[in-house]
Amino acid sequence: MLPFNNGFASPLWHNGPIPGGLYNFPGHNGPASQPKKDYGVQRASQPITTGTSVVGLKFDGGVVIAADNLVSYGSMARFQDVQRVFNINNKTVVGAGGDFADFQCIKRYIDQKIIDDMCYADEYEMKPKSLYNWLTRILYTKRSKFEPLWVDIVVGGVEDGVPFLGHVDLRGRSYQDDVIATGFGKHLALPLLRERTETGKPIGRDEAIALVKKCMEVLFYRDCRASPNFTISVCTKEKAEILGPFKVSQNWELAKSVEGY
Amino acid sequence: MISAENFPEYNVPGVVKHDFHPYESNGGSVVAIAGDDYAVIAADTRLSSGYSIHTRKQNKLFKLSGTTVLGSTGCWCDTLALTSLISARMKMYHYLHQKVMPTNAISQMLSIIMYHKRFFPYYVSNILAGLDADGKGVVYSYDPIGHCELASYRAGGSAGALLQPVLDNQIGLKNQENVAKDPIPKEKAISVIVDTFISAAERDIYTGDGVIINVITKDGIETRNVSLRKD
Repeated sequence: MLPFNNGFASPLWHNGPIPGGLYNFPGHNGPASQPKKDYGVQRASQPITTGTSVVGLKFDGGVVIAADNLVSYGSMARFQDVQRVFNINNKTVVGAGGDFADFQCIKRYIDQKIIDDMCYADEYEMKPKSLYNWLTRILYTKRSKFEPLWVDIVVGGVEDGVPFLGHVDLRGRSYQDDVIATGFGKHLALPLLRERTETGKPIGRDEAIALVKKCMEVLFYRDCRASPNFTISVCTKEKAEILGPFKVSQNWELAKSVEGY
Repeated sequence: MISAENFPEYNVPGVVKHDFHPYESNGGSVVAIAGDDYAVIAADTRLSSGYSIHTRKQNKLFKLSGTTVLGSTGCWCDTLALTSLISARMKMYHYLHQKVMPTNAISQMLSIIMYHKRFFPYYVSNILAGLDADGKGVVYSYDPIGHCELASYRAGGSAGALLQPVLDNQIGLKNQENVAKDPIPKEKAISVIVDTFISAAERDIYTGDGVIINVITKDGIETRNVSLRKD
Protein backbone atom coordinates (compact mmCIF):
# COMPACT_ATOMS: atom_id res chain seq x y z
CA MET A 1 0.00 0.00 0.00
CA LEU A 2 1.30 3.41 -0.90
CA PRO A 3 2.15 5.51 2.14
CA PHE A 4 0.18 8.50 0.86
CA ASN A 5 -2.97 6.57 0.04
CA ASN A 6 -4.47 6.90 3.54
CA GLY A 7 -7.81 8.50 2.66
CA PHE A 8 -6.74 12.02 3.65
CA ALA A 9 -4.42 12.89 0.80
CA SER A 10 -4.43 11.59 -2.74
CA PRO A 11 -1.42 9.57 -3.78
CA LEU A 12 1.54 11.64 -4.85
CA TRP A 13 1.92 9.66 -8.03
CA HIS A 14 -0.95 8.00 -9.79
CA ASN A 15 -2.19 7.09 -13.25
CA GLY A 16 1.41 6.62 -14.21
CA PRO A 17 3.87 3.84 -14.46
CA ILE A 18 5.64 2.46 -11.45
CA PRO A 19 9.13 3.91 -11.29
CA GLY A 20 11.15 2.22 -13.99
CA GLY A 21 8.02 0.68 -15.51
CA LEU A 22 6.28 1.31 -18.81
CA TYR A 23 3.73 4.10 -19.07
CA ASN A 24 0.09 3.08 -19.45
CA PHE A 25 -1.68 5.78 -21.35
CA PRO A 26 -4.94 6.89 -19.69
CA GLY A 27 -8.00 5.26 -21.21
CA HIS A 28 -6.12 2.13 -22.17
CA ASN A 29 -6.02 -1.11 -20.30
CA GLY A 30 -2.41 -1.45 -21.18
CA PRO A 31 -0.27 -1.19 -24.25
CA ALA A 32 -0.53 -4.03 -26.70
CA SER A 33 3.24 -4.20 -26.85
CA GLN A 34 3.45 -5.43 -23.30
CA PRO A 35 3.46 -9.22 -23.31
CA LYS A 36 0.84 -11.07 -21.34
CA LYS A 37 2.58 -12.69 -18.43
CA ASP A 38 -0.09 -15.34 -17.89
CA TYR A 39 1.88 -18.05 -19.61
CA GLY A 40 5.31 -17.37 -18.25
CA VAL A 41 8.10 -15.64 -20.08
CA GLN A 42 10.25 -16.59 -23.00
CA ARG A 43 13.51 -14.84 -23.44
CA ALA A 44 15.70 -14.60 -26.49
CA SER A 45 18.46 -16.86 -25.26
CA GLN A 46 20.78 -16.59 -28.16
CA PRO A 47 23.69 -14.36 -29.02
CA ILE A 48 22.91 -11.55 -31.48
CA THR A 49 26.00 -9.45 -32.18
CA THR A 50 28.89 -11.83 -31.82
CA GLY A 51 32.64 -11.86 -31.74
CA THR A 52 34.44 -15.01 -32.82
CA SER A 53 37.56 -16.66 -31.38
CA VAL A 54 39.85 -15.28 -28.70
CA VAL A 55 43.33 -16.75 -28.39
CA GLY A 56 45.49 -16.52 -25.27
CA LEU A 57 49.00 -17.74 -24.48
CA LYS A 58 51.26 -17.58 -21.43
CA PHE A 59 54.93 -16.85 -22.03
CA ASP A 60 57.96 -16.41 -19.84
CA GLY A 61 56.99 -13.43 -17.67
CA GLY A 62 53.59 -12.56 -19.10
CA VAL A 63 50.57 -13.36 -21.21
CA VAL A 64 49.33 -12.43 -24.64
CA ILE A 65 45.69 -12.36 -25.75
CA ALA A 66 44.52 -11.78 -29.31
CA ALA A 67 41.17 -11.37 -31.02
CA ASP A 68 40.13 -10.00 -34.38
CA ASN A 69 38.28 -6.68 -34.68
CA LEU A 70 35.02 -8.01 -36.08
CA VAL A 71 31.64 -8.08 -34.40
CA SER A 72 29.20 -10.01 -36.59
CA TYR A 73 25.43 -9.86 -36.87
CA GLY A 74 24.70 -13.46 -37.76
CA SER A 75 26.62 -14.05 -40.99
CA MET A 76 26.90 -10.31 -41.71
CA ALA A 77 30.28 -8.77 -40.90
CA ARG A 78 28.48 -5.85 -39.21
CA PHE A 79 31.04 -3.93 -37.12
CA GLN A 80 34.50 -4.27 -38.61
CA ASP A 81 36.58 -2.04 -36.37
CA VAL A 82 35.74 -3.09 -32.84
CA GLN A 83 38.55 -3.93 -30.49
CA ARG A 84 37.78 -7.08 -28.50
CA VAL A 85 40.85 -7.18 -26.25
CA PHE A 86 41.06 -4.74 -23.37
CA ASN A 87 43.50 -3.69 -20.71
CA ILE A 88 41.56 -3.51 -17.47
CA ASN A 89 44.53 -2.13 -15.59
CA ASN A 90 48.29 -2.56 -15.65
CA LYS A 91 48.15 -6.17 -14.51
CA THR A 92 44.87 -7.43 -15.96
CA VAL A 93 43.74 -7.92 -19.56
CA VAL A 94 40.66 -9.55 -21.07
CA GLY A 95 39.52 -10.77 -24.46
CA ALA A 96 35.83 -11.11 -25.30
CA GLY A 97 34.03 -13.56 -27.56
CA GLY A 98 30.34 -14.36 -27.84
CA ASP A 99 27.61 -11.73 -27.53
CA PHE A 100 29.36 -8.38 -27.57
CA ALA A 101 26.48 -6.47 -26.00
CA ASP A 102 26.53 -8.81 -23.02
CA PHE A 103 30.26 -8.26 -22.71
CA GLN A 104 29.87 -4.47 -22.88
CA CYS A 105 27.33 -4.73 -20.08
CA ILE A 106 29.85 -6.63 -17.93
CA LYS A 107 32.66 -4.29 -18.95
CA ARG A 108 30.79 -1.26 -17.65
CA TYR A 109 30.75 -2.81 -14.17
CA ILE A 110 34.44 -3.65 -14.41
CA ASP A 111 35.31 -0.11 -15.54
CA GLN A 112 33.37 1.37 -12.63
CA LYS A 113 35.22 -0.95 -10.26
CA ILE A 114 38.53 0.24 -11.70
CA ILE A 115 37.47 3.85 -11.14
CA ASP A 116 36.48 2.99 -7.56
CA ASP A 117 39.89 1.38 -7.08
CA MET A 118 41.62 4.50 -8.36
CA CYS A 119 39.57 6.77 -6.12
CA TYR A 120 41.00 5.10 -3.05
CA ALA A 121 44.42 6.24 -4.27
CA ASP A 122 46.16 3.34 -2.57
CA GLU A 123 48.29 0.79 -4.36
CA TYR A 124 45.47 -1.78 -4.50
CA GLU A 125 44.19 -2.77 -7.91
CA MET A 126 42.00 -5.53 -9.21
CA LYS A 127 44.18 -8.56 -9.86
CA PRO A 128 43.56 -11.03 -12.67
CA LYS A 129 42.48 -13.89 -10.37
CA SER A 130 39.96 -11.62 -8.63
CA LEU A 131 38.42 -10.55 -11.91
CA TYR A 132 38.42 -14.14 -13.15
CA ASN A 133 36.66 -15.39 -10.03
CA TRP A 134 34.19 -12.49 -10.04
CA LEU A 135 33.27 -13.23 -13.68
CA THR A 136 32.80 -16.90 -12.82
CA ARG A 137 30.31 -16.04 -10.08
CA ILE A 138 28.44 -13.42 -12.16
CA LEU A 139 28.06 -15.71 -15.15
CA TYR A 140 27.09 -18.71 -13.01
CA THR A 141 24.43 -16.67 -11.23
CA LYS A 142 23.00 -15.47 -14.52
CA ARG A 143 22.95 -18.98 -16.00
CA SER A 144 21.20 -20.22 -12.85
CA LYS A 145 18.47 -17.62 -13.45
CA PHE A 146 18.18 -18.84 -17.05
CA GLU A 147 19.29 -15.41 -18.21
CA PRO A 148 22.77 -16.26 -19.48
CA LEU A 149 25.21 -13.60 -20.53
CA TRP A 150 26.31 -15.25 -23.76
CA VAL A 151 30.01 -14.59 -23.50
CA ASP A 152 33.32 -16.39 -23.69
CA ILE A 153 35.88 -14.37 -21.77
CA VAL A 154 39.62 -14.94 -21.61
CA VAL A 155 41.22 -13.27 -18.61
CA GLY A 156 44.96 -12.76 -18.52
CA GLY A 157 47.48 -10.84 -16.49
CA VAL A 158 50.37 -11.00 -14.11
CA GLU A 159 49.63 -11.58 -10.45
CA ASP A 160 52.49 -11.26 -7.96
CA GLY A 161 54.97 -11.69 -10.80
CA VAL A 162 53.34 -14.91 -12.04
CA PRO A 163 51.50 -14.99 -15.38
CA PHE A 164 47.81 -15.87 -15.23
CA LEU A 165 45.54 -17.07 -18.01
CA GLY A 166 41.97 -18.25 -17.53
CA HIS A 167 38.75 -18.79 -19.47
CA VAL A 168 35.17 -18.27 -18.30
CA ASP A 169 32.16 -19.16 -20.42
CA LEU A 170 28.45 -18.35 -20.38
CA ARG A 171 27.67 -21.01 -17.77
CA GLY A 172 30.38 -19.87 -15.41
CA ARG A 173 32.55 -22.83 -16.28
CA SER A 174 36.13 -21.74 -15.77
CA TYR A 175 39.62 -23.15 -15.98
CA GLN A 176 43.20 -21.97 -16.18
CA ASP A 177 45.82 -23.16 -18.61
CA ASP A 178 49.00 -22.10 -20.41
CA VAL A 179 47.08 -21.88 -23.68
CA ILE A 180 43.45 -20.92 -24.16
CA ALA A 181 41.30 -20.45 -27.22
CA THR A 182 37.56 -19.94 -27.60
CA GLY A 183 35.15 -20.67 -30.41
CA PHE A 184 36.73 -21.79 -33.66
CA GLY A 185 40.13 -21.12 -32.12
CA LYS A 186 39.55 -24.20 -29.98
CA HIS A 187 39.74 -26.32 -33.10
CA LEU A 188 42.21 -24.32 -35.20
CA ALA A 189 44.53 -22.35 -32.91
CA LEU A 190 44.79 -24.59 -29.86
CA PRO A 191 46.68 -27.41 -31.64
CA LEU A 192 49.21 -24.88 -32.96
CA LEU A 193 49.74 -23.38 -29.53
CA ARG A 194 49.87 -26.72 -27.70
CA GLU A 195 52.38 -28.03 -30.23
CA ARG A 196 54.76 -25.32 -29.03
CA THR A 197 54.00 -25.25 -25.30
CA GLU A 198 54.20 -29.01 -24.91
CA THR A 199 57.87 -28.94 -25.88
CA GLY A 200 58.35 -27.54 -22.39
CA LYS A 201 60.85 -24.94 -23.57
CA PRO A 202 60.30 -21.39 -22.29
CA ILE A 203 58.59 -19.02 -24.71
CA GLY A 204 59.80 -15.44 -25.01
CA ARG A 205 57.59 -12.42 -25.49
CA ASP A 206 58.42 -11.96 -29.17
CA GLU A 207 57.91 -15.62 -29.96
CA ALA A 208 54.57 -15.60 -28.14
CA ILE A 209 53.39 -12.63 -30.19
CA ALA A 210 54.58 -14.28 -33.42
CA LEU A 211 52.78 -17.51 -32.44
CA VAL A 212 49.54 -15.74 -31.71
CA LYS A 213 49.80 -13.78 -34.98
CA LYS A 214 50.16 -17.08 -36.83
CA CYS A 215 47.01 -18.33 -35.08
CA MET A 216 45.08 -15.24 -36.14
CA GLU A 217 46.22 -15.82 -39.73
CA VAL A 218 45.06 -19.43 -39.69
CA LEU A 219 41.77 -18.38 -38.11
CA PHE A 220 41.23 -15.72 -40.75
CA TYR A 221 41.69 -18.23 -43.57
CA ARG A 222 39.42 -20.91 -42.12
CA ASP A 223 36.86 -19.18 -39.85
CA CYS A 224 34.09 -17.57 -41.93
CA ARG A 225 33.28 -15.21 -39.04
CA ALA A 226 36.83 -13.92 -38.68
CA SER A 227 38.32 -10.74 -40.10
CA PRO A 228 41.90 -9.99 -41.21
CA ASN A 229 42.22 -7.14 -38.71
CA PHE A 230 43.16 -8.13 -35.20
CA THR A 231 44.49 -6.67 -31.99
CA ILE A 232 46.87 -8.14 -29.44
CA SER A 233 47.10 -7.37 -25.77
CA VAL A 234 50.39 -8.12 -24.02
CA CYS A 235 50.69 -8.06 -20.25
CA THR A 236 54.01 -8.35 -18.46
CA LYS A 237 55.11 -7.54 -14.93
CA GLU A 238 55.93 -3.98 -16.03
CA LYS A 239 52.81 -3.05 -17.96
CA ALA A 240 49.86 -4.07 -20.08
CA GLU A 241 49.82 -2.80 -23.64
CA ILE A 242 47.63 -3.07 -26.70
CA LEU A 243 49.44 -3.82 -29.96
CA GLY A 244 47.94 -3.28 -33.36
CA PRO A 245 45.62 -3.28 -35.12
CA PHE A 246 47.45 -5.74 -37.32
CA LYS A 247 46.34 -7.06 -40.66
CA VAL A 248 46.79 -10.58 -41.96
CA SER A 249 48.95 -10.33 -45.08
CA GLN A 250 46.68 -12.30 -47.33
CA ASN A 251 47.89 -14.62 -50.02
CA TRP A 252 45.24 -16.12 -52.25
CA GLU A 253 47.63 -17.46 -54.92
CA LEU A 254 46.49 -20.90 -53.88
CA ALA A 255 42.98 -20.11 -55.09
CA LYS A 256 44.18 -20.12 -58.71
CA SER A 257 45.06 -23.78 -58.47
CA VAL A 258 41.65 -24.76 -57.16
CA GLU A 259 39.64 -26.27 -59.99
CA GLY A 260 36.42 -28.11 -60.47
CA TYR A 261 33.82 -25.54 -59.47
CA MET B 1 4.55 -33.42 -33.58
CA ILE B 2 5.38 -33.53 -29.90
CA SER B 3 5.83 -29.95 -28.78
CA ALA B 4 4.25 -27.78 -26.13
CA GLU B 5 2.00 -25.88 -28.57
CA ASN B 6 0.06 -29.04 -29.37
CA PHE B 7 -0.75 -29.64 -25.72
CA PRO B 8 -2.69 -26.51 -24.69
CA GLU B 9 -3.68 -28.10 -21.39
CA TYR B 10 -0.01 -27.98 -20.39
CA ASN B 11 0.15 -24.28 -21.20
CA VAL B 12 -1.00 -23.18 -17.76
CA PRO B 13 -0.29 -19.85 -16.05
CA GLY B 14 3.11 -19.76 -14.43
CA VAL B 15 4.86 -22.02 -16.91
CA VAL B 16 8.30 -20.69 -17.77
CA LYS B 17 9.73 -21.72 -21.12
CA HIS B 18 13.44 -22.00 -21.78
CA ASP B 19 15.66 -22.89 -24.66
CA PHE B 20 18.97 -22.46 -22.89
CA HIS B 21 20.68 -25.49 -21.42
CA PRO B 22 22.25 -24.63 -18.08
CA TYR B 23 24.06 -27.96 -17.81
CA GLU B 24 27.07 -29.24 -19.64
CA SER B 25 28.92 -32.50 -19.10
CA ASN B 26 32.61 -31.83 -18.62
CA GLY B 27 33.60 -35.42 -17.96
CA GLY B 28 36.16 -36.79 -15.57
CA SER B 29 36.30 -39.78 -13.25
CA VAL B 30 36.97 -40.23 -9.54
CA VAL B 31 37.99 -43.37 -7.67
CA ALA B 32 38.43 -43.71 -3.91
CA ILE B 33 39.45 -46.58 -1.64
CA ALA B 34 39.38 -46.57 2.16
CA GLY B 35 41.73 -48.69 4.24
CA ASP B 36 42.18 -49.27 7.97
CA ASP B 37 44.42 -46.26 8.48
CA TYR B 38 44.32 -44.46 5.14
CA ALA B 39 42.06 -43.29 2.36
CA VAL B 40 43.12 -42.85 -1.26
CA ILE B 41 41.21 -40.73 -3.73
CA ALA B 42 42.13 -40.07 -7.33
CA ALA B 43 40.70 -38.11 -10.23
CA ASP B 44 41.80 -37.69 -13.82
CA THR B 45 42.86 -34.26 -15.05
CA ARG B 46 40.97 -33.88 -18.32
CA LEU B 47 38.31 -31.17 -18.58
CA SER B 48 36.29 -31.53 -21.75
CA SER B 49 32.94 -31.02 -23.40
CA GLY B 50 31.88 -33.05 -26.40
CA TYR B 51 34.88 -33.75 -28.56
CA SER B 52 36.99 -30.83 -27.35
CA ILE B 53 39.41 -30.81 -24.44
CA HIS B 54 39.48 -27.54 -22.52
CA THR B 55 42.51 -28.37 -20.42
CA ARG B 56 44.64 -31.42 -19.72
CA LYS B 57 45.61 -30.45 -16.19
CA GLN B 58 42.51 -29.72 -14.20
CA ASN B 59 42.69 -30.89 -10.61
CA LYS B 60 39.31 -32.25 -9.55
CA LEU B 61 40.29 -33.08 -5.97
CA PHE B 62 39.46 -30.47 -3.35
CA LYS B 63 41.28 -30.58 -0.03
CA LEU B 64 38.57 -29.61 2.43
CA SER B 65 40.58 -30.25 5.59
CA GLY B 66 43.74 -32.04 6.72
CA THR B 67 41.82 -35.34 6.70
CA THR B 68 39.15 -34.89 4.05
CA VAL B 69 39.31 -34.64 0.26
CA LEU B 70 36.37 -34.24 -2.12
CA GLY B 71 36.48 -35.49 -5.69
CA SER B 72 33.90 -33.79 -7.87
CA THR B 73 33.15 -34.17 -11.59
CA GLY B 74 30.26 -33.59 -13.94
CA CYS B 75 29.08 -30.08 -14.80
CA TRP B 76 32.23 -28.15 -13.96
CA CYS B 77 30.50 -24.84 -13.26
CA ASP B 78 28.36 -26.64 -10.67
CA THR B 79 31.47 -28.22 -9.17
CA LEU B 80 33.03 -24.78 -8.78
CA ALA B 81 29.89 -23.33 -7.19
CA LEU B 82 29.47 -26.31 -4.89
CA THR B 83 33.06 -26.47 -3.70
CA SER B 84 33.27 -22.74 -3.00
CA LEU B 85 30.05 -23.00 -0.99
CA ILE B 86 31.46 -25.96 0.95
CA SER B 87 34.66 -24.11 1.81
CA ALA B 88 32.63 -21.10 3.00
CA ARG B 89 30.41 -23.33 5.15
CA MET B 90 33.47 -25.05 6.58
CA LYS B 91 34.93 -21.70 7.60
CA MET B 92 31.65 -20.81 9.29
CA TYR B 93 31.76 -24.13 11.15
CA HIS B 94 35.36 -23.49 12.16
CA TYR B 95 34.62 -20.03 13.56
CA LEU B 96 31.49 -21.23 15.36
CA HIS B 97 32.84 -24.42 16.92
CA GLN B 98 36.54 -23.59 17.14
CA LYS B 99 37.52 -26.83 15.48
CA VAL B 100 38.02 -28.15 11.99
CA MET B 101 34.98 -29.89 10.58
CA PRO B 102 35.37 -33.68 10.88
CA THR B 103 34.86 -35.96 7.88
CA ASN B 104 31.48 -37.35 8.97
CA ALA B 105 30.11 -33.85 9.52
CA ILE B 106 31.33 -32.78 6.07
CA SER B 107 29.68 -35.84 4.53
CA GLN B 108 26.35 -34.92 6.11
CA MET B 109 26.66 -31.25 5.18
CA LEU B 110 27.45 -32.13 1.57
CA SER B 111 24.29 -34.22 1.38
CA ILE B 112 22.21 -31.34 2.76
CA ILE B 113 23.77 -28.78 0.43
CA MET B 114 23.11 -31.03 -2.55
CA TYR B 115 19.51 -31.79 -1.56
CA HIS B 116 18.89 -28.10 -1.00
CA LYS B 117 18.99 -27.81 -4.77
CA ARG B 118 16.76 -30.84 -5.32
CA PHE B 119 14.75 -29.21 -8.12
CA PHE B 120 17.66 -27.53 -9.90
CA PRO B 121 20.45 -29.88 -8.86
CA TYR B 122 24.18 -29.51 -8.92
CA TYR B 123 24.84 -31.87 -11.82
CA VAL B 124 27.90 -33.43 -10.25
CA SER B 125 29.17 -36.81 -9.14
CA ASN B 126 30.83 -36.47 -5.75
CA ILE B 127 33.05 -38.83 -3.81
CA LEU B 128 34.32 -37.81 -0.41
CA ALA B 129 37.32 -39.60 1.10
CA GLY B 130 38.93 -39.05 4.44
CA LEU B 131 39.67 -40.32 7.90
CA ASP B 132 36.96 -40.60 10.54
CA ALA B 133 37.31 -39.65 14.23
CA ASP B 134 39.13 -42.95 14.94
CA GLY B 135 41.60 -42.42 12.10
CA LYS B 136 39.96 -45.09 9.95
CA GLY B 137 39.58 -44.49 6.22
CA VAL B 138 36.07 -43.75 4.94
CA VAL B 139 34.58 -43.12 1.51
CA TYR B 140 31.20 -41.45 0.96
CA SER B 141 29.57 -41.35 -2.44
CA TYR B 142 26.73 -39.11 -3.59
CA ASP B 143 24.23 -38.78 -6.36
CA PRO B 144 23.45 -35.34 -7.83
CA ILE B 145 20.50 -34.73 -5.49
CA GLY B 146 22.31 -35.57 -2.28
CA HIS B 147 21.84 -39.23 -1.57
CA CYS B 148 24.84 -40.22 0.56
CA GLU B 149 26.26 -43.68 1.12
CA LEU B 150 29.20 -44.84 3.19
CA ALA B 151 31.39 -47.31 1.34
CA SER B 152 34.91 -48.67 1.46
CA TYR B 153 35.60 -48.17 -2.23
CA ARG B 154 33.78 -46.33 -4.99
CA ALA B 155 34.18 -45.14 -8.57
CA GLY B 156 32.25 -42.21 -9.99
CA GLY B 157 32.08 -39.79 -12.87
CA SER B 158 32.04 -40.43 -16.60
CA ALA B 159 33.86 -43.78 -16.32
CA GLY B 160 32.25 -44.73 -12.99
CA ALA B 161 30.27 -47.59 -14.49
CA LEU B 162 33.43 -48.81 -16.18
CA LEU B 163 35.58 -48.71 -13.07
CA GLN B 164 33.25 -49.91 -10.32
CA PRO B 165 33.24 -53.58 -11.48
CA VAL B 166 37.04 -53.59 -11.51
CA LEU B 167 37.04 -52.41 -7.91
CA ASP B 168 34.35 -54.97 -6.98
CA ASN B 169 36.68 -57.66 -8.26
CA GLN B 170 40.06 -56.35 -7.09
CA ILE B 171 39.15 -54.62 -3.82
CA GLY B 172 35.75 -56.06 -2.85
CA LEU B 173 36.76 -59.58 -4.00
CA LYS B 174 33.11 -60.15 -4.92
CA ASN B 175 31.90 -63.68 -5.74
CA GLN B 176 35.32 -65.24 -5.31
CA GLU B 177 35.88 -68.49 -3.46
CA ASN B 178 38.92 -69.42 -1.41
CA VAL B 179 40.32 -65.92 -1.21
CA ALA B 180 41.57 -64.35 1.99
CA LYS B 181 39.76 -61.11 2.67
CA ASP B 182 42.76 -59.38 4.18
CA PRO B 183 42.89 -55.63 4.59
CA ILE B 184 44.13 -53.94 1.41
CA PRO B 185 47.61 -52.43 1.86
CA LYS B 186 47.94 -48.78 0.92
CA GLU B 187 50.32 -49.32 -1.98
CA LYS B 188 48.10 -52.08 -3.37
CA ALA B 189 45.12 -49.68 -3.30
CA ILE B 190 47.12 -47.02 -5.13
CA SER B 191 48.30 -49.42 -7.80
CA VAL B 192 44.76 -50.73 -8.38
CA ILE B 193 43.53 -47.15 -8.73
CA VAL B 194 46.23 -46.33 -11.27
CA ASP B 195 45.36 -49.49 -13.22
CA THR B 196 41.65 -48.63 -13.27
CA PHE B 197 42.41 -45.19 -14.68
CA ILE B 198 44.71 -46.63 -17.34
CA SER B 199 41.86 -48.95 -18.33
CA ALA B 200 39.26 -46.18 -18.27
CA ALA B 201 41.40 -43.96 -20.50
CA GLU B 202 41.32 -46.70 -23.12
CA ARG B 203 37.54 -46.70 -23.43
CA ASP B 204 36.19 -43.41 -22.05
CA ILE B 205 37.02 -40.34 -24.13
CA TYR B 206 36.21 -38.09 -21.16
CA THR B 207 38.90 -39.66 -18.98
CA GLY B 208 42.59 -39.25 -19.67
CA ASP B 209 45.65 -36.98 -19.73
CA GLY B 210 46.68 -37.66 -16.13
CA VAL B 211 45.66 -38.75 -12.66
CA ILE B 212 46.11 -36.84 -9.44
CA ILE B 213 46.12 -39.12 -6.41
CA ASN B 214 45.67 -37.92 -2.85
CA VAL B 215 46.77 -40.35 -0.13
CA ILE B 216 45.21 -39.36 3.19
CA THR B 217 46.88 -40.67 6.36
CA LYS B 218 47.24 -39.37 9.90
CA ASP B 219 50.50 -37.76 8.77
CA GLY B 220 48.75 -35.60 6.16
CA ILE B 221 47.78 -35.67 2.52
CA GLU B 222 50.34 -36.83 0.01
CA THR B 223 49.83 -35.98 -3.65
CA ARG B 224 51.04 -38.12 -6.54
CA ASN B 225 50.77 -37.64 -10.27
CA VAL B 226 50.54 -40.28 -12.96
CA SER B 227 50.18 -39.55 -16.66
CA LEU B 228 47.60 -41.18 -18.88
CA ARG B 229 47.15 -41.32 -22.63
CA LYS B 230 46.36 -37.92 -24.10
CA ASP B 231 44.33 -38.91 -27.18
